[in-house]
Amino acid sequence: MLLNQFLLLSAILFTIGVYGVIVRKNGVLVLMSIELVLNAVNINLIVFSTYWGVAGQVFALFTIAIAAAEVGVGLAIVLLIYRNLRSVDIDELDEMKG
Amino acid sequence: MWFFTHVWIIPALMALSFLLILFFGKKMPKKGAEIGIVFVGAAFVLALITGGNWIAWSNDNPEGHGLAAEGAALANVDPSCSSVAAEAAAVGEGVEHAEGKTEGKTEGKKAGEGHSEGGNGTEGATAAAPPIGESAAPAAPTATEPAGAEKGGHEEVATRPVVSCINWFQNGDQTISIGTLVDGQSVLLLIVVTLISLLVHVFSTDYVHGDRRYTHYFAFLSLFTASMLFFVLSENTLQMIVGWELVGVCSFALIGHWWEEKPNSDAALKAFLTNRVGDVGLLVGVIVLYFAAGKSFSIMDLNILANEGEISHNLLLIGSLCLITAVMSKSGQFILHTWLPDAMAGPTPVSALIHAATMVVAGVYMVARLYPVFFEGLSISGSSVNALSMIGAITALFGAMLAFVQKDIKKVLAYSTVSQLGFMVTALGVGAWTAALFHLFTHAFFKACLFLGAGSLSHACHHSFNMVDDMGGLRKIMPKTFWTYLVATAALAGVFPLSGFWSKDEILAGTGSFPGTEGANGEYHVMLVMLLLAAFCTAAYMTRTIWYAFYGEYRGHGTPHESGPRITTPLIILASLGAVAGIVNLPAAFDFLPEGTQTRFEHYVEPVGLYFPAISHAGFNPALAVISVLVGLSGIGLAYLYFFKDAFAGLHGLAERNKVAAFFKNILVNKYYFDWLYTTVIVGFVKGPLARAANWFSANVIDGTVNLVGKTAVGSGSWVYKNVDQKVVDGAVNGAGSSASGVGAMLRLTQTGRIQQYAALFFAAVAILAGVFVVVIG
Repeated sequence: MLLNQFLLLSAILFTIGVYGVIVRKNGVLVLMSIELVLNAVNINLIVFSTYWGVAGQVFALFTIAIAAAEVGVGLAIVLLIYRNLRSVDIDELDEMKG
Repeated sequence: MWFFTHVWIIPALMALSFLLILFFGKKMPKKGAEIGIVFVGAAFVLALITGGNWIAWSNDNPEGHGLAAEGAALANVDPSCSSVAAEAAAVGEGVEHAEGKTEGKTEGKKAGEGHSEGGNGTEGATAAAPPIGESAAPAAPTATEPAGAEKGGHEEVATRPVVSCINWFQNGDQTISIGTLVDGQSVLLLIVVTLISLLVHVFSTDYVHGDRRYTHYFAFLSLFTASMLFFVLSENTLQMIVGWELVGVCSFALIGHWWEEKPNSDAALKAFLTNRVGDVGLLVGVIVLYFAAGKSFSIMDLNILANEGEISHNLLLIGSLCLITAVMSKSGQFILHTWLPDAMAGPTPVSALIHAATMVVAGVYMVARLYPVFFEGLSISGSSVNALSMIGAITALFGAMLAFVQKDIKKVLAYSTVSQLGFMVTALGVGAWTAALFHLFTHAFFKACLFLGAGSLSHACHHSFNMVDDMGGLRKIMPKTFWTYLVATAALAGVFPLSGFWSKDEILAGTGSFPGTEGANGEYHVMLVMLLLAAFCTAAYMTRTIWYAFYGEYRGHGTPHESGPRITTPLIILASLGAVAGIVNLPAAFDFLPEGTQTRFEHYVEPVGLYFPAISHAGFNPALAVISVLVGLSGIGLAYLYFFKDAFAGLHGLAERNKVAAFFKNILVNKYYFDWLYTTVIVGFVKGPLARAANWFSANVIDGTVNLVGKTAVGSGSWVYKNVDQKVVDGAVNGAGSSASGVGAMLRLTQTGRIQQYAALFFAAVAILAGVFVVVIG
């Protein structure tokens, strides 16, 4: 039963993350929500690794490393957006509107 | 053999000479004449060597009946030129069978012509040595058969042809080759053409000296010679057409050499256009024979197939009639002969060349070359009348009669040529092939001599050819010209023992209708009578020219003088050849001569083999020979009495007094009204009513149709534009465009540019997909 509870936790985390990505207007918060999604995935990987070997933990470490890099790039983007628009409101970024 | 396979060098030399004169002639010290003379001299020497080789080769290969086998008879035929030869080479063993078939056919045919067979047999039996009645080339290999036994009696010479060729071009699986066919006939013409051409070249250096287009003149003489040699050596009928037309073009250029004067360029045009009429016949004939010979242009194929009876008689008849049209135009035969006298507008040496060696003998040569076609097509053997002999005899007689009323000495000679060509064509028509070629050979010498003599006369008399008004009494002043002219005249009139006697007598005997003549191919009574009359006229009108030109008082201007050595030397050479050329074909009946001196011409020139029909040769008939000499002498005698002795004083001016005589004279003076017929009736009709009718037809019917079609096209076009193009086509295109833009406008609503909306859609899609996976897979 332990597995179910971890997967449930992971699903809740993922859902909260997705919700944050879709709904939040603040760019920084969107990045943070992405972190939640990634961590939900990490939990999944580690939980499964206790049943099927250490490969899951290795993947989790990769994910953490890449997430760090991603956050670096993401924050840099947000910073540039702020410099240009004096705001981090993502709704204002609709120049690609068709 | 090397000379036979490389004989193309001779025409190539002349063609090269043409190019050299054209490009460098003007820079040479003698304005190009020396190039021409050197090259034509070299060609003559080569032709002589080839001739000598041919004689030696014929002597070395007296294989006799070895020729009977098809393979052996075609041993020197390049298989790529002739499908028959290729088959013979490939089949090898099968030859026996094919030959047996031929044999059977020949025998069957011979049995049908009883009288000529009988004549053959006796001749062959009595005159032991010479090949008189050598008839079927494929003699019987088994000498037990009765017909074969007769033929086994005399030797046959392996004068089989040497054919070599290269691919000219290929179209699909039809290969057109170009090459040479060397046998006695073509070697003979090589020698005659180059010899006459050489003498004409030498003569011309004096005659056209200082002419404004001197170099140009010599260039065309070379090309003319080259074309004729090319024609003579033709290996297939297509090549023949090329040579034929080249000769025509050169004659056009040379007849119109002094084109600044209207009559000269008119004459050149007339010669060319009249020849075009016949060329249509040639073209159609060649095409008919192409299909008749199983899609092959090869002369060997055609001749062999015609000989073996593989081609239907009707096809050959049509083919030969078409070719006769060509002969009529090129060799000046009756109703298309009108261009020939007008062609006298060209320089005299050119006339000599045209009339003696090239151009006009092309027609005769063509018939001789494709003889099986005519022999089978016109059923010459055992008949008494056919188109070829009829045209020839009419030409011989009517041409000779026209010569009486001409004032221009060259026109007399021109009609004489027409008449003599009639003799040759008649000879071919009655099956006397050898006699025709022999007459061509002797005629070349004395007629060239007469023309060059006329040129010499006009050279002396300020370039006038009018013998009635501008000549006379030149005998003492121009002795060399006089004597050569006299000898040539006697040869032409058939005075014994000059060359003309022998060849004319052979033709007369060849008609086979004189009582006691043996071995001829048929009995052509009408032809014999007409030819005798023509011979009589020939002797008389030639005496007339001698009277006007050489006797009486000089009627021209200035003081005439004998021509220089460059003019008289060719005259002397030609006159002596014209006198003695007859000895090359003495009759076989002269058995008191050493063996191997009679019928040499027939022996070496006449082709032996499957590509030549089984003709038989008329024997010498002493009575006929005496009569022909008497006819000639009486012609000369009557003309002598009339002109020289004034014996028939009552006849002078008869045409002014007597209406009947005036009527006939008028017909002759107007040349049987043929020019009137052509220019007034035919051309007039074409120019007048026919042209107007054509114009009306064109303006109303054709233009009306065209306009109607045009209007209909415009109307239907605008209807299509309005309805189909604007509505259907444009509608479809516009519809596609606007529907695309409508869909685009709807879709652009989804492009908000908000990332979060995209992400929401993305996640929703993933969620739906996941659901689908769970439901479907799980």
